[in-house]
Parts: sequence; C-alpha cells; structure tokens
Amino acid sequence: MGGVPLRVGTDLVLATSVRESLATHGERYLERVYTSGEVADCRRGGEVDALALAARFAAKEAAMKALRVGGAAVPWTAIEVRRSADGHPELSLHGRAAELAEAAGIGELAVSLTHEEPYASAVVVAEIAPHQERVGGRR
Amino acid sequence: METVPNAVTEAVREVVAEHARLSVDAATLADEASLYDAGMTSHASVNVMLALEDRFDVEFPDELLKREVFESIASISGAIAQLDAEAA
Repeated sequence: MGGVPLRVGTDLVLATSVRESLATHGERYLERVYTSGEVADCRRGGEVDALALAARFAAKEAAMKALRVGGAAVPWTAIEVRRSADGHPELSLHGRAAELAEAAGIGELAVSLTHEEPYASAVVVAEIAPHQERVGGRR
Repeated sequence: METVPNAVTEAVREVVAEHARLSVDAATLADEASLYDAGMTSHASVNVMLALEDRFDVEFPDELLKREVFESIASISGAIAQLDAEAA
C-alpha cells in the first residue's frame, strides 16, 4: 500500500516588494492582502515588519499552489497564517479557499516560514484525507 | 467582445511598466503577452492591482482576483473595461 497522498507548494518573496507596497499603498495594501490577525502578528514596536509580512505572503502563495487553485478566484485573505500559542505558524482557510480544499479532499495543512533579508519563503504541505483520492492507481 | 480603447490599454501598460518589475521593457510587450513569463511575480501582481485601482478609480472585486485577469495587458484592460461598464 502507498503512503498518504500529499500536495506541496512553495514560494519566495522579496521583502523589497512588500516595502514598496507599504510605502505606496499603506493600509489599503494591508487590508487587501492580510487579515487583522496577521498584521498584528507582524507588528514590532508599533511598526509592521515587512520581512514578516513577506513570509506570510509567501505562505499564502504556497498554499494556493498546494490547493491547486488554478483559475479560481481566491482572495489573499482567504488564506491566513497565525502564530500559535507555542510559536509555530498555523494555516487557516476561509471562504473560497476552504471550499477548494474540501472539494480536493484536503484534510491537514502544515506551513513553515523562513526569512533572511531580503528574501522570505514558505512551504505548505497538504494531506489528502484517506479514501478521498488515489495517486497513480493501486499500489 | 467589446473593443478596449487604446487609451486604457496604454495606461495599463504604463502601470505595468512601473509596478510589475518585469525583466523586459513593457513597451516591447504584445498586448497578449504573458506578464508572468515576462517576470512579474505574484507579489508584484499585488502592486500592479493596487496601482490599477488608483489609476482607474476602480476596485477589483474578489471574483476578479484570479491569475488569468492579470495574465496580460489585454486581459487587464478587459477587466478594467468591464468594471467601468458596471460602474456606469
């Protein structure tokens, strides 16, 4: 028998691009792309940390790849990355993103973030729930 | 399909040139050429979207937040024309 079917996505984001967005569009950028919880998690001494935001954007894009959204319309805020009580990042899906995950039979999702100026990156692994999908037929 | 005025297409091209961080000169791109193939990243498409909203005084609704809308200058121009028509 084979192992549990998985999907994976990854993305790399330049913090410079995030800083440009913040400088040019400020709160509008934050509101369109991030949830209020994500912005709160990225505040350092009253300012928003662009590198931390970049990591979260990378996580959103990585999740979209794992979900295989293709041509579907998925708002960036439909995928949320929050820091858990023990400090690990956790992924939550809302609205259209949650619908796509359910349709694909995706159960658990795991995310990992990393950043070193000027880059931020994320990996998302999605587990296909048992009996929802076969990969390459019977083994 | 409704023809998009050249003024809209050229304004979109200007926004793309300034915000898409392409690896090529936007002035040399065909209207139907893939902006992603020309170097636009996913985050750069956010900057393009916000700049387009400022330039044309529109807001992209959730249903237009998909990759194919921002695929090319032509597809973006079509979306802008659609939003303008709906606002009229």
